[in-house]
Amino acid sequence: MTSYQLSVNGERREVSVDASTPLLWVLREELKMTGTKYGCGIGACGACTVHLGGVATRSCLVPVELVGDRPIVTIEAIGQGRVGRAVQDAWVEQDVVQCGYCQSGQIMSAVALLTANPVPTDINIEQSMGGNLCRCGTYVRIRAAIHRAAAQLRT
Amino acid sequence: MRLPRDLTRRSFLRVSAGAAGGMLVSLHVDLPTFPSQRRQGPQAKTYPPDAFIHIRADGQIVITVNRVELGQAVATALPMILAEELDADWSQIVAELAPAADIYKDPVYGFQNTGGSATIANSFQQYRELGARTRAMLVATAADRWQVAPASCRTESSVVYGPGKNQSARYAELADDAAKMTVPDRVVLKDPSKFRLIGTSVRRLDSRVKCDGSQQFGLDLDLPGMLVAVVARPPLFGGRVKTVDDTETRKLAGVRDVFEIPLVNGSAVAVVADRFWTAKQGRDRLAIDWDLTGIERPDTAELWSRFAALAGTAGNVALNRGDEHALDQIPQARRIVAEYRLPYVAHTPMEPLNATIRFDGDRAEAWVGSQFPTYDQAAVAQVLGLKPEDVAFHIQFAGGGFGRRQSFDSNVPREAAAIAKRLRGIPVKLVWTREDDVRGGYYRPMFLHRAEVGIGPDGMPVAWKHVTVGQSYLVGTPFESFLVKNGVDFDTVGGITASRYAIPNLHVSAHHPQVSVPPAQWRSVGYTHTAFVLETLVDELATRAQADPIAYRLRLLQRDASRLRAALELLDRVSDWRRHLPPGHAAGIACVEYEGTAVALAVDLTLENRRSRVRRATVTVHCGVAVNPLSIESQFQGGLIFGMTQLFPKGAITLKDGRVEQRNFDGFVPPYMGDTPAAIDVHIVPSSERPTGCGEPPVPVISPAVVNALARLTGTRYRTLPLASF
Repeated sequence: MTSYQLSVNGERREVSVDASTPLLWVLREELKMTGTKYGCGIGACGACTVHLGGVATRSCLVPVELVGDRPIVTIEAIGQGRVGRAVQDAWVEQDVVQCGYCQSGQIMSAVALLTANPVPTDINIEQSMGGNLCRCGTYVRIRAAIHRAAAQLRT
Repeated sequence: MRLPRDLTRRSFLRVSAGAAGGMLVSLHVDLPTFPSQRRQGPQAKTYPPDAFIHIRADGQIVITVNRVELGQAVATALPMILAEELDADWSQIVAELAPAADIYKDPVYGFQNTGGSATIANSFQQYRELGARTRAMLVATAADRWQVAPASCRTESSVVYGPGKNQSARYAELADDAAKMTVPDRVVLKDPSKFRLIGTSVRRLDSRVKCDGSQQFGLDLDLPGMLVAVVARPPLFGGRVKTVDDTETRKLAGVRDVFEIPLVNGSAVAVVADRFWTAKQGRDRLAIDWDLTGIERPDTAELWSRFAALAGTAGNVALNRGDEHALDQIPQARRIVAEYRLPYVAHTPMEPLNATIRFDGDRAEAWVGSQFPTYDQAAVAQVLGLKPEDVAFHIQFAGGGFGRRQSFDSNVPREAAAIAKRLRGIPVKLVWTREDDVRGGYYRPMFLHRAEVGIGPDGMPVAWKHVTVGQSYLVGTPFESFLVKNGVDFDTVGGITASRYAIPNLHVSAHHPQVSVPPAQWRSVGYTHTAFVLETLVDELATRAQADPIAYRLRLLQRDASRLRAALELLDRVSDWRRHLPPGHAAGIACVEYEGTAVALAVDLTLENRRSRVRRATVTVHCGVAVNPLSIESQFQGGLIFGMTQLFPKGAITLKDGRVEQRNFDGFVPPYMGDTPAAIDVHIVPSSERPTGCGEPPVPVISPAVVNALARLTGTRYRTLPLASF
């Protein structure tokens, strides 16, 4: 067990865990922030996506010892930002979710995309969202919601 | 409007004051007895105090949903139906999932279950009556207060209005008194033309909480003192633990226990720790010697040979319509002989399988995102030596199901119960890793079909001989007695025997080989393969007849197939794009009628660098009353994409020497956004007929539509899934 100081959603948090513990499980089990989801554990589904140092990152692949002082932002706080709020609103407006389990990760990826590229094309969307799996198949509505959020952010 | 069953004669409501004030309404249904229960003698009826409706003093109305929310929007649709008849203020509606209890059983089937696209079909009338009776009691209460005739009152948005000026009362104000009223025997339901909510596009109630991370799923459950279990299962289905060396596992700080548990078939080793990550690391460090002697080693290639040999012989007869020998009269030149192969396919719902149980000796509590609470609750009780009613069974929001949370042997809750049994008093959450899920069986079984079709001079099929080969998941289950007849599991042939095509001479038979790989239902069940075979063959017939594929299907339909006819005719009108496709594009058509819902689909397919891509899809649906067109649209968009799973090169589960060859989403790869059409238009046939389900009906049509388009592009009829390149 090692102690780590993490910056999570703007707060300093201290956890004491095995160095190999993925950030995903630190968030879910130590910090009780279960909005970030476990889907595959190999970085193949994107359900665990968080922003690490501003970059959309698969938290299941990042051992806590490699996090360092990079700030972590999760689904629980993404709505505090302008882009995050717009994306969440667009998701609700478009009635995107079905089971909803993958949507934390989808939204984190979409916010990263719109932050970097405020006017994404369909191809940009496919590329940025291409690693986020949704078994309910909400992709058509995700595309529409991203365009909607982009339009709303331009106003 | 024809409604399914009149519940009024065998159901009654009971009203009581809520513990915290307000009005609780329970519907007590005299349930049809399920065959397996009948054998065990009459079921004791219990009437738990749980309510379907709770009108709270603050104006909120809590509606209990007797199904699990898997994404299909039942936790919006059922409240809509009830709120419609109640004339409730929709903005004040809260949905809650019911626990396992007799009162929440499907009013038609007699067991609590979410599957078969049955929710709307079977609970439409039930939820309407609940709303209407409650409204009648609220109106009667208000009428009493004002000394006016109830018929002179009207209701809107959770308010009763009397005939006089300023005569109005909110439901919340009336609820305490209404709870003392007698429940009316009969109520008049609204005329559908008066619907204000039903038929309108209503956004899901669970949208916001699923966008900010606050929706709790079963896997997110955190109870005081809870431990987490991960299980090491045998490398072959049916394997048993011979010896286990857990020395390295027990060295890990946080590992609490390691022990052997029984499986439905074989045994396994459970590692229990205070955290998931510790339990998983602990499992990785186990050294287990497995007893695999005499255990079957299924192998995909060998299974295909075995299945193909079986298909050459007549199976148990499922249907023999017309003349069995009619095919002999057709010259070889007017026959098509086709063999189809469809693989094992996993469900892989996004939320990995899990179950949490605490065993307290004389009772237990369970938290499961279950599609089959009646059976899962009984299975947990059996493992723990309890009666089902001593297991408080809480149904959790589930991160997808697609049939995987409905295994007939309740294998996941059983494992969790076996673990909880040893750790008395401690809640234990069993987690299946994604690897456990992909390798764990309970797949859509692999199927081989052999069909021989004789074509008449007019290009229409006159004689059709069909043999299917594949495992039954019903044999050995309580459902066997009424779904397996003459050795035929009708779930495996229904798409052909119950097809709406008028084929005068149709002979269908089935083989159900035993394989050690546990099979399961996959969203839309047998239609995932039967509709594929039927719809690709019919398309081939249309091509041979040089007919338009929609026109050909319309010609082949049974006269009374009015829903499917309407869906196909609408598709013909709304898919005009298929007449103006640029070079390199082709349209593919398919249709199906599933549990009363008719679907017709057109896809636009391109082929570039040997990679095909569905560019757009236009789908029509006839489901009777469209309760919530918005969620029907979502179900169809998503269901088509889910159905694409079995098309992709890595959309199959294969076995080599008894071992599953795929491990995770690297080996079994479902469709991602880039694999799916950017546009899916959904068109609903307007109807006031009784509503039928929309969860499964989109799934069967996508695979044949794509393969039919591919045939038009390449000239090749693909009869094996998955496609080698897609």
